[in-house]
Amino acid sequence: MPPWLAYAASGVSLFAVGMSALVLHGEVMRKILAANVSASGVFLVLVALARRAPKGPPDPVPHALVLTGIVVSVSATALALALVRQLRHGAQLGPSDERRR
Amino acid sequence: MTPRTVISAALLILGGAFFLAGTLGLLRFPDVYSRLHALTKADNLGLGFVAVGLSIEAASFALSVKVFIVWASVVLASGISSQLIAGAAFRAGVAPAGKAPPGEAP
Amino acid sequence: MIPPIDLLLATALPLIAWRVLATDELPTSVVLFIAFGLLSALAWARLDAPDVALVEAAVGTGLTGALLMSSLRSMERPRPPSPWRARAIALVAAAIAVALASVVALLPRGALGLGPAVLARSEESGVAQPVTAVLMNFRGHDTHLEMLVLLAASIGVLSIQHGTASHGVDTAPTSSVVMMLVELIVPALVVLAGYLVWRGSRAPGGAFQAGAILAGGAVLLLLTRRMAPLSLERQMVRMFLFAGPVLFFLVAAVPLGFGGDMLEYPRGWGGSLILGLESALTLSIATILTMFFPQGAPAPRRRG
Repeated sequence: MPPWLAYAASGVSLFAVGMSALVLHGEVMRKILAANVSASGVFLVLVALARRAPKGPPDPVPHALVLTGIVVSVSATALALALVRQLRHGAQLGPSDERRR
Repeated sequence: MTPRTVISAALLILGGAFFLAGTLGLLRFPDVYSRLHALTKADNLGLGFVAVGLSIEAASFALSVKVFIVWASVVLASGISSQLIAGAAFRAGVAPAGKAPPGEAP
Repeated sequence: MIPPIDLLLATALPLIAWRVLATDELPTSVVLFIAFGLLSALAWARLDAPDVALVEAAVGTGLTGALLMSSLRSMERPRPPSPWRARAIALVAAAIAVALASVVALLPRGALGLGPAVLARSEESGVAQPVTAVLMNFRGHDTHLEMLVLLAASIGVLSIQHGTASHGVDTAPTSSVVMMLVELIVPALVVLAGYLVWRGSRAPGGAFQAGAILAGGAVLLLLTRRMAPLSLERQMVRMFLFAGPVLFFLVAAVPLGFGGDMLEYPRGWGGSLILGLESALTLSIATILTMFFPQGAPAPRRRG
């Protein structure tokens, strides 16, 4: 088995583990972690597929895609965490506050 | 197997043994302070041996300098983080094993 | 025969991921997630993807881990799911995994993809490093939109934080040892970030890694209270924040006025334009990533 196939299989199982945890657990933080794990799985599959040529340099286009993907998933995680913080510790803004703004 | 490769391999294995010792300490030591002690001391020393082992076989002098810079940054970073963790645990009142929590009479 | 380290990594990753998600205590999950990220970076390195490894280590693991840690206060009590539900979902997930794995296994084995096409034109792109060429030139539109996504996310985080109660930043009194070490490490981080941006044109590096490292340094300064939170009211902060996206938009739109396509770099200018763009992007990315942290933006003014 070429190494890239092992990593691709690993990425597929990561995706499955992440997706099942996302659906299974109710706690929001755990869902965020699960989504990140799934994303890592997808990235692993992409980068593994870029390494299919037996010799020579790997395909740089999936690398660029994964790079973009990692940064975008960090922003999504940050936004999700901000929302979670707001849910748990948000200040109660009453209607009078809205009008005053 | 040149003597260089043998020495390098021996140093790498020695480094690995120190990492193993650090992990053992992490699992077996009774409280957070001794675990921090095991991790920072043993792991950093293990990393030092790995760094020396790698730099012996490095392709150029510049590469071995970079390896040592990596080791130095790890030592710096683990120094900062172990201080912070120990301080936070102390302030939170975590008791060293077999002694009273900080602030109370022994 | 597959090298043992690859086999070890490929089996360790799903196992650790399972432990990350099956652990009841959230702090343990987060620490395991950071370890998972480091192993992923190793996997990228083994797959000859050093740029991805750098970004994963800096952004995916370092920053995401730090973000998760700073949100640990928001954890809920673990609610273990019913075993039957767990088994049903695990079965469906396993079926999906098998289907996906067989699809992947059926893909052509020796396919080279777009690699040769990129390598053939990389000289024209102005940079020698193929991944940077793809990111900043051949697929520059993706990076442009990615910057807008980052900007949108940071605006979202800022506006949400405006409504969140001031939580009292979790900075404990810091010892002089930590201060001294921080004073040593932050300048080194700035130099490293600059080096990565400059090196991105011929070796793994670039704006994202450099920006993430700068953000890490900024968070260190914030936590030791050496730096005030980044408020949008400060001119400098606004400039840094918008430098990257605005410059990118200008570079993309200007060729339209001269009869070219969007984001068409003039001949021979590719290298310098890309370097300038990457420097501006580094500043913006660093600012945005720092603002993602709750300590990165000032606490909202409470009313009444």
